[in-house]
Amino acid sequence: MIDALPLSVTLPLLGALAVTVSPAHARGLGLLAAVLTAASGVAVTAAVWSDGVLRADLGGWGVPLGIALEADGLSAAFLAMANVVALAISVYAGGYFKQETAQHFWPLWLLLWSALNGLFLATDLFNLYVTLELLGLSAAALGALTGTREAVAANLRYLLVGLLGSMSYLLGVALVYAAYGVLDIGLVAEAIAPGPVAWTAMALMIGGLILKAALFPMHFWLPPAHANAPAPVSAALSALVCKAAFYLVLRLWLDVFAPVLNEAAANLLGMLGAAAVVWGSWRALRAERLKLLAAYSTVAQVGYLFIAFPLLAATPPGLARDNLLAAVVLLALTHGFAKAGFFLAAGMVQKTAGHDRIDDLGGAAQALPAATFAIGLAGVALIGLPPSGTFLAKWMMLEQAMILGHWWWLVVMMIGTLLAAAYIFRVLSRAFNREPAPYRFVNDARTELPALLLGLIATFGLGIAAQPLWVLLEQGGFG
Amino acid sequence: MSFDAWLPAAILLSSMVPGMLIFLLREESHRLRTLLNMTGALVKLGLVIWMIGGVYDGQHFETRWTLAPGLDLVLSADALSVLFVALSTLLWLVTTIYAIGYLEHSPNRSRFFGFFSICVSATVGIALSGNLLTFVIFYEILTLATYPLVAHRGTPDAAHGAKVYLAYTVGGGALLLVGAIWLQALVGPVEFTPGGILGVSPEEIRMELILIFFVLLAGLGVKAALVPLHGWLPQAMVAPAPVSALLHAVAVVKAGAFGILRVVYDVYGVEFAYANGLLLALGILASVTVIYGSMMALTQDNLKKRLAYSTVSQVSYIALGASIFGPIATIGGMVHLVHQGLMKITLFFCAGNYAETLGVHKVSEMDGVGRRMPWTSLAFTVGALGMIGVPPIAGFVSKWYLGLGAADAGSNWVLAVLVASSLLNAAYFLPILHRAWFRPAPKQWPQEHRHTGRMEIAGALLWPPVITAVLALSAGLFAAAPFTPLEWATLIAEREYGR
Repeated sequence: MIDALPLSVTLPLLGALAVTVSPAHARGLGLLAAVLTAASGVAVTAAVWSDGVLRADLGGWGVPLGIALEADGLSAAFLAMANVVALAISVYAGGYFKQETAQHFWPLWLLLWSALNGLFLATDLFNLYVTLELLGLSAAALGALTGTREAVAANLRYLLVGLLGSMSYLLGVALVYAAYGVLDIGLVAEAIAPGPVAWTAMALMIGGLILKAALFPMHFWLPPAHANAPAPVSAALSALVCKAAFYLVLRLWLDVFAPVLNEAAANLLGMLGAAAVVWGSWRALRAERLKLLAAYSTVAQVGYLFIAFPLLAATPPGLARDNLLAAVVLLALTHGFAKAGFFLAAGMVQKTAGHDRIDDLGGAAQALPAATFAIGLAGVALIGLPPSGTFLAKWMMLEQAMILGHWWWLVVMMIGTLLAAAYIFRVLSRAFNREPAPYRFVNDARTELPALLLGLIATFGLGIAAQPLWVLLEQGGFG
Repeated sequence: MSFDAWLPAAILLSSMVPGMLIFLLREESHRLRTLLNMTGALVKLGLVIWMIGGVYDGQHFETRWTLAPGLDLVLSADALSVLFVALSTLLWLVTTIYAIGYLEHSPNRSRFFGFFSICVSATVGIALSGNLLTFVIFYEILTLATYPLVAHRGTPDAAHGAKVYLAYTVGGGALLLVGAIWLQALVGPVEFTPGGILGVSPEEIRMELILIFFVLLAGLGVKAALVPLHGWLPQAMVAPAPVSALLHAVAVVKAGAFGILRVVYDVYGVEFAYANGLLLALGILASVTVIYGSMMALTQDNLKKRLAYSTVSQVSYIALGASIFGPIATIGGMVHLVHQGLMKITLFFCAGNYAETLGVHKVSEMDGVGRRMPWTSLAFTVGALGMIGVPPIAGFVSKWYLGLGAADAGSNWVLAVLVASSLLNAAYFLPILHRAWFRPAPKQWPQEHRHTGRMEIAGALLWPPVITAVLALSAGLFAAAPFTPLEWATLIAEREYGR
C-alpha cells in the first residue's frame, strides 16, 4: 500500500511523458495512464478509509528536508472525487477529440492530473506552490486548445490571473519561511503565532487562492475561460481546478492558520460567498449559452463553499463543527461530480447541435435522451434538490446557521436555490417539445455514459450513501 | 434485517425500479413496458395488502437508513400512512391501465411511464415518511417527477402550464424546506409521532413555533391548492388525462393535504395546535378555499378546468376536517382523502374519454353524451353525485362526518360552509348531468373517433372509470364494513385521540 501514494502522482507524469514520446498512440496510452492513475487514487482513498493516515517520504529523507506525501481523510475525500471525475473525463475525451487535437490534449491533461493529485497530497507549503503553478499552467494551456480567438484571449487572461494568484501565494510562503524557518504544514502550524507577519502571510496566501478559486468579485476571468474551452477541459476546470484552490484554502484554514484566525476574516469570506451565490446564479439565469450558464453556476457554487467559513468560525469545536465540515466537503464533492457531468453532457449537446444557444436547443436535447437526462440529474444536484448530496449538505449547513441564529445565510442560500432552479429548468424545458421520439436512450456510450454516471453519483450516490464520507473524514483528526 | 424492516423499502422500490428500467427501453418495446408497469403495480398492491393487515394488528414496519449523522431516511407505516399508500397503490394500478390505453399511439412513452412510476414512488415515499426530512425529500422528488408529465405534450400551452406548475411548487418546496430546517434547529430531528412532539416544548419558543407552522402550511398549501396558492392547478390542466387524474386524485394535491394532516396531528399535535389558535387559522383558510373553488368552478366552460376548480374546493375538506378539534371531524377529513380520490379520478377518466372519443372538451358541448357513451356517463354521474354529497355515494359519508364533527365541536359556521359548498357543487355538476342525459345530441360531435369494438371505447379506457365509480359507490354503501376507508379513518382517529 505504501506505493499507491507516490504512484498517484508519478503515474500520470509517466503517462504524459509516454504520450509525448509516442504521439501516434496518444489516445491509447493516455487512457491507459488514466485508468491506472484513477485506480491508484481510489486505492489511496480506500487505504485511508480502512487504515488511517498514509504517509510516504520520497527518497527516504524525513521532514524538513525530503518531499513527503500524506493522505488524511480530507485529502483522500478530494482525491477520490478528483480521480473518479478525471477518469470519466478521460473516457469522454477519448471519444471527443480528433487525433490531432488528442496529441495536444493528453500530455497536458495528464500533467494537470499529476499536479492535482500532488496538490491534494503535498505536505509542505512550497511543494504546494509547485503543484499549484503546474496546475494553473496546464489548465490555461488546455483551455486554449481549440485555438479560437475567444478561447486564446480568455485563457491568456486566465493564465495571467493564475500567475498573479500563485505569486501572491508564494509571497505568503516566503514570509512564513522568513519568520519561522519551516515549510512543512505541521511544523508551521506549531510555530505560527498571531501577529502582523502571520496575518499578512494569511492574507497573501488565501487572497491568491481565492483568486484561483474564482470567489466573487475575483471570478471575472472564469466564465469566458470555462465557457470557451473544449467540453472535457471545461469539466476539469470547473469541477476540479477550482475545487483544488478551495481545498487548499480549507486545508490552510484548518491546519495552518487556525491559531491566527479571527471571525472578521471568516465573515468577509462568507459575505463574498453570499455575493457570489446571488450574482453567479443571476448571471447563469441570463446566460444565452449552455456552457456559459454552467460556468456562472460554478461562480455561484464556489460562493456556497465560502459561506461555510463564518459558520465554521462561529461553531465551537465538537460534533456539530465536525458535521458542518463534512457537510462542506460533501457540497464540494457533489458539485465536482455534478458540474463535470453537466459540462460533459453540454459538450455532447453542443457537438450534436453545432452550437449551445439555449433558446435553440429543442431538437438537440431531444435527440440525446441520455445526455439530457445527465443534464437533468446534474441539475438536480446543482439546485440542491433531494436526493442529491448537495441537498444533504445544504440542509446541514442551514440547520447549523439557524442554530447559530445566523438566519441571513438561509435567506441567501434559498435565493440561490430558487435562482438555480430557474436556470436549470430553463434548459430542461427545451427538452420537452414536440420532437420525434428518440430511437434509443444512449447513442454513443463512450461519451454519454460518463456524464450520466457522474450525474447519478452526484444525485443518488452522494445523497443516499454519504455516510462513508464521515468515516473517511475522521481519519487524521480532522477539525 | 427482518422483513418488517424491508417492507416499506420494498413498497417504495416496487415502482421505482420498473420506472428506472422503463427509461432505458426502446420506444417500440410496448409489451415489455406494459409488463414492467403492470408487474410493479401488482407487486406493490400485494405488498400493501400485507402491510395493511400488519398495521391493523399493531405491527411496526420501519426502514431506517442513515444518510449522514443526525439525518435519517425513515420509511415507516402507521395507520395514516397506510390510508394514503393504499389509495395511491390502488389508483396507480387503475391509472396505469388507463394510461396505456390513452397514450396508445403517442410519442415518448418510455419517458412518460418512467416519470409516471417515479411520481408514484415519490407519493408512496411521502405516505411512508416517518420524519420531516424524509417527507421533504419525497415531496421535492414528486415535484421533479411531475414536471415532465405536465410538460409531456410539448405544446406551447403545455410548456407554459408546466412552467407555472414548477414556479409554484418549487417555491412551495423552498418554504417547506425553510420551515423544516428551522423546526429541526429548534427541537432536533422531527419524527412523526401520534399526538405531536411539541406539546412539551418550552414556552419561550412558542412564537417561533407558531410562525413555523405558517411557513410549513404555506409550503404544503401550494400542492394542496389552498387559496391563494392554487394558481398552478387550473394551468396544469394541459397535461394528458391520466396525468390530470393522478395529479388531482392521488399524487400532488393529496401530498399537500396529507402533509397538512401530518403537521397538524403528528408534529404539532392537535391539542397544541388548537390551544394556540392554529386550527382556527387553518379552518378559515380551508373554508375560504372551499367556497372560492366552487365559485370558480361554476364559471368554467372547459370541463377539465371545472373539475380542476372542483378539486381546489374538495381537497380543502381534508384540511377543514383537520382544523376542527374532535375525533369525528378528523375521521371526516381523513376519509375524504380517499373518497375524493376515488370520485375525482373517475371524473377525470371520463373527461378524458369524452375528449378521446368525441372531441368534447367543454361543458357546453356535452349535450346528449349520455346516450352516445352510456357507461362512461354512468361512471361520471356516480362521481358527480358523490361530489355533491348525495347518499349513498362516498362523498356523502365524508360530509356527514365533517358536519357531525363540526356540530360536536360547536363550530356551527362550518356547517354553513358545508351547506353552501354542497349547493354550489350541485349548481356546477347537475347542469352537466342534465345536458348529458336529457338534451338531444348534436348532429355532429366536435371531433369523433369511432371505436370499432363492441363497447363505446377501448376497454383499457372504459374499465378504469367504471371500476373507480363502483369503488366510490361501495365505499359509501358499505361504509360500516371492515377495511373500508371509513373504518380505517376511525382507527386512525382512535389511535390519535385515544392515547
